[in-house]
Amino acid sequence: MKNLLEVENLKVNFRTKKERLRAVRGISFSLKKGETLCIVGESGCGKSITSLSIIGLLPSNGEIAEGSIKLDGNELLGKTENELEIMRGNEISMIFQEPMTALNPTFTIGFQLREPLMIHKKMSKKEATKKSIELLEKVGIPNPVEKLRQFPHELSGGMRQRVMIAMALACEPSLLLADEPTTALDVTIQAQILELMDELKRQMGMGVVFVTHDMGVVAEIADRVMVMYAGEVVEIGDVDRIFNHPQHPYTKGLLGAVPNVDDEEHHLNIIPGSMPNLDDEISGCRFHPRCPYAMDICRKKNPTTFQVTSSHQSKCWLQEVTDVDRLHTTS
Amino acid sequence: MLVLIVRRLFQLVLLLFGISFIVFMSMFIAPGDPAAIIAGPTASASDLEAIRASMGLDKPVLVQYLDYLAGVLHGDFGYSYQTGQSVSDAIISRFPNTFKLAVASMIVAMAIGIFAGIISAIKHNSWIDFSSTTIALLGVSIPNFWLGAMLILVFAVNLQILPVGGLSYSIFSLEGIKELVLPAITLGTASAALIARMSRSSMLEVIQSDYIRTAKAKGVKKRSIVWVHALRNAMIPVITIIGIDFGALLGGTVITEQVFAINGVGRLMIDAIAARDFPIIQGTVLLVAAIFVVVNLIIDIIYALIDPRISYD
Ligand SMILES: Nc1ncnc2c1ncn2[C@@H]1O[C@H](COP(=O)(O)OP(=O)(O)OP(=O)(O)O)[C@@H](O)[C@H]1O
Ligand code: SF4
Ligand SMILES: [Mg+2]
Repeated sequence: MKNLLEVENLKVNFRTKKERLRAVRGISFSLKKGETLCIVGESGCGKSITSLSIIGLLPSNGEIAEGSIKLDGNELLGKTENELEIMRGNEISMIFQEPMTALNPTFTIGFQLREPLMIHKKMSKKEATKKSIELLEKVGIPNPVEKLRQFPHELSGGMRQRVMIAMALACEPSLLLADEPTTALDVTIQAQILELMDELKRQMGMGVVFVTHDMGVVAEIADRVMVMYAGEVVEIGDVDRIFNHPQHPYTKGLLGAVPNVDDEEHHLNIIPGSMPNLDDEISGCRFHPRCPYAMDICRKKNPTTFQVTSSHQSKCWLQEVTDVDRLHTTS
Repeated sequence: MLVLIVRRLFQLVLLLFGISFIVFMSMFIAPGDPAAIIAGPTASASDLEAIRASMGLDKPVLVQYLDYLAGVLHGDFGYSYQTGQSVSDAIISRFPNTFKLAVASMIVAMAIGIFAGIISAIKHNSWIDFSSTTIALLGVSIPNFWLGAMLILVFAVNLQILPVGGLSYSIFSLEGIKELVLPAITLGTASAALIARMSRSSMLEVIQSDYIRTAKAKGVKKRSIVWVHALRNAMIPVITIIGIDFGALLGGTVITEQVFAINGVGRLMIDAIAARDFPIIQGTVLLVAAIFVVVNLIIDIIYALIDPRISYD
């Protein structure tokens, strides 16, 4: 099947007073229609920046230095702000982490929900209101007519996130970006929201890029998983490959860091050390100072991305060794 | 909302009692004998005695104060020592000028201040922002008498397109509007500068907020992001400044009234103080206090209208 989203060698820099920070360092991935790709990794590894680049909403001091982002074969980089405005909320939507602050406190839910419909679908206010009521029903909000007249502060966090979802899906986008949409919610609400998103994705057949650092969430919704470390993609593959045959030492560490609820003795197995700052220059593999498998070559040369299977990649020198082993054993 | 209004009006009554008492007492401590002011320099001791008796100035202070309060309750604020005009007539003849001037100045200040502040914020760190913040700084620091005099020199004396001063025509006539222009600009400049600074910083903060990012992610056009989504939120702190300025303007603006020869409350008060015309002083001080409370009340009501999170019930 043709790819819905293709990101090629994306590099994002930030200008600060002192220097230029390289937040995303040449990442590539793709997403098919109807597929959910989870981006995981520690705080600060560039998950949000990656998704914000796709919708063209980087912070003002950020810039895409290089690369290509194609939606349905259409290059997004280099589009004018006007062209992007037409796509945002229409073909690409985004849901954010903080339901408490992501809605405008001074406008009603109705106003905010009608907006994308009136902008993109050129609906009249009346039509948009009708559609808004349907949308609120769809995301499981009781008393939708009354909710339209309320302000965000009158709704609970879970309800607000449902409103956000309704808003993002109003124009039936082909790509939904979700940046930790459930992190700020408590566990039961979180499960409900995940289920809702999954169901809506199925109904609409859109592609979803879902940012999270919660491996439990990944297990629940992902088709594919992309693991990021310090601005790079270190491993990407189908969800069962990543969980059952993780290749990259960092992925293994992350999986080990999932708390095991069945085993009370099993504590969080956190990867020792911490992620480098954006301005730290690290020779070779950026993970090597924390990697239990680090070899000589790791300190000297940045690993290339190795193909583990046709749809599974790992950016680690260990892969070369196994490849070589495999070569030796087969020859 | 009603609760708020009732509570504030109650506060207002208490405040006016307190202020009237303080002002009344301070006039007794202040030097200067009202009887001497009324009688003039040639009056004899027995003349003064007679005046004191007729005005009740020989009674104990507290009794005088109670007499005054009783009068106030009947709408009688006393009579000017200088002119014999009743205090309420004196204020009523001056207040419309002050009110017109305050409203006109505030319109100038808000139109310029909000617009400049917001343009500054969305073009922040550009040359537009730089020039606007520089002009704002100038606006705050230029003294009114100088600005007023310069405006008169240029527009009234040299170009002769606007009158030199006075405020005598109806506001609904061209003359009435023309004579307001220069004093309104003079008074409005300082407020405009403050409002611009406040709008700029408030807007800068708002456009970085999550809900603005949400609006962008929906595909809302840049123009309506700024003038619809951000503006309402950004105005919340600015309204405080506008209220304070407006209250101050309504209390009279001595220097500008002087420069433009406008008969306003400011000059009434200053003249009264210079002449120890106590009833007028007392009346204008009460007026200023009442204006202060009422303007604050209006601001709180506007707050609630703009920000749905605020409720006074
Ligand atoms: N406006 C900015 N200016 C400078 N650096 C920034 C800016 N925004 C983000 N960064 C840096 O870019 C890096 C990637 O940030 P990003 O927000 O993508 O992290 P993340 O993976 O989403 O983390 P989290 O899990 O905490 O949300 C971080 O190191 C962050 O400090
Ligand atoms: S390349 Fe080397 S240091 Fe980097 S993850 Fe692989 S083994 Fe560890
Ligand atoms: Mg993030």
